Amino acid sequence: MTHSFGYSISQSRETNWDKLDHRFADKLLDLEPSVRLCVGCGSCTGTCTAAPRSGFDIRKVHTRFRRGEAGAFVAELEKCMFCGKCSMVCPRGVNIRNVMDLMKKLIEA
Amino acid sequence: MSVSKNWKNYNQQIPDDRYYYARSCIRQNFFPGSEKTFLTILQDLLGKDIYDDPKHTSCTGIAYHSDIIPFETMMTVVARHFSLMTEAGYKNLVPSCVTSFGLYNEVLETWEHHPEVETKIREMLWKSTRREFEKPEAIMHASDIIYHFRDIISDHAQNPLINVQTGEPLKVVDHIGCHYAKIFPSKGIGGAEFPIVLSGMVSSWGGQSVDYPERRHCCGFGFRQYLVKANRGYSIANSYRKFESMAPYKPDFIVANCPGCAMFLDRWQYTIGEMKNEWFGANGQGIPILTYEEMAGLVLGFDPWAIGLQMHQTDCEPLLKKMGISYDRDKKFSLKRKTILLNVLEEEIQ
Repeated sequence: MTHSFGYSISQSRETNWDKLDHRFADKLLDLEPSVRLCVGCGSCTGTCTAAPRSGFDIRKVHTRFRRGEAGAFVAELEKCMFCGKCSMVCPRGVNIRNVMDLMKKLIEA
Repeated sequence: MSVSKNWKNYNQQIPDDRYYYARSCIRQNFFPGSEKTFLTILQDLLGKDIYDDPKHTSCTGIAYHSDIIPFETMMTVVARHFSLMTEAGYKNLVPSCVTSFGLYNEVLETWEHHPEVETKIREMLWKSTRREFEKPEAIMHASDIIYHFRDIISDHAQNPLINVQTGEPLKVVDHIGCHYAKIFPSKGIGGAEFPIVLSGMVSSWGGQSVDYPERRHCCGFGFRQYLVKANRGYSIANSYRKFESMAPYKPDFIVANCPGCAMFLDRWQYTIGEMKNEWFGANGQGIPILTYEEMAGLVLGFDPWAIGLQMHQTDCEPLLKKMGISYDRDKKFSLKRKTILLNVLEEEIQ
């Protein structure tokens, strides 16, 4: 039986640059150019309706998608409810709801 | 630049005598036997003059690196330490803690480049304590001293680092504190580039030092990583990475020269074991951790419980058996202090 200490062993954040695939990210930038304006403030994650119960982290998903790790979070995108609050609060006017939709479609295509 | 020239830059001149000892604040709680063992080796075996000053305090390193204590406050506390050393008539400062070692060097380096800061700190120290000081002539970590005298210790060895069951040298992995080897790499022996301060002792005392991929990786004690409970996942992840890296080499024990590293590599093994039921040593046990003083103490034939091995969470008894050291298990937790207290009580009753 394993014991909980109130924290767990963090997963490695090591990035293997030889395995990154930027094709999805490039396509996303073509389809939704406003995503270039993101400054990574995290307002989207902070107001996300799905986040408190599911741990959904829009900023993390976006960062990893742009980095070229699209395949790593297919299941994560399923948590988005497309309520659009993220788009409403984005200080840079990024259409995040559309970004989520496009990410899902690009991966599933 | 050739390797030999590089190595020359990392090989320190260690004074032979007259040391002012600066104890570690956390170490006296985690592994209190280590510092006592160090003093016993220097005073009784080597006959050196080393002063253990009761007026010495924390260097504030943990608070400084956690942004709790300002730079000026830390420097003034360090200046008081220099003042205590001057008052005691010593010039060779020997910190037990690698963070203190890094901090003392950082302060001296700052003053060298910014003399006006030194003037300001001297004023602050005078105003607050009416004290003055001379800067130390040499600062060396306590592990540098043991490394310096490793051959003399080897001459007195009663339990060399050899597996008595197989006759093979014990396989030892080392971990050198980041604040010793990486802040001012040229101030320690070998720095992180040529980490020889511990492996040199191991080789001298009959063991086999094993290099492993993450040898220079942080142990996970980085103060910011640990102080807030929510961040401890980062701390333990670093230790986990090191254990994963060293485990395939089947080391008999780990040796460290940093108070925090020894503590975390010891305690986190238990925590990882409880979390994941994963153990890195043989027979579902952890890999024993020793401080370099404990390693020297065992080699010299000190009683395992007198040097504090019962304070380790990862059991050291399998290592004692491998080294052929006889010990009394019943006395493992029978501390001298307890005996003294009982004697006092008996006297009072009578």
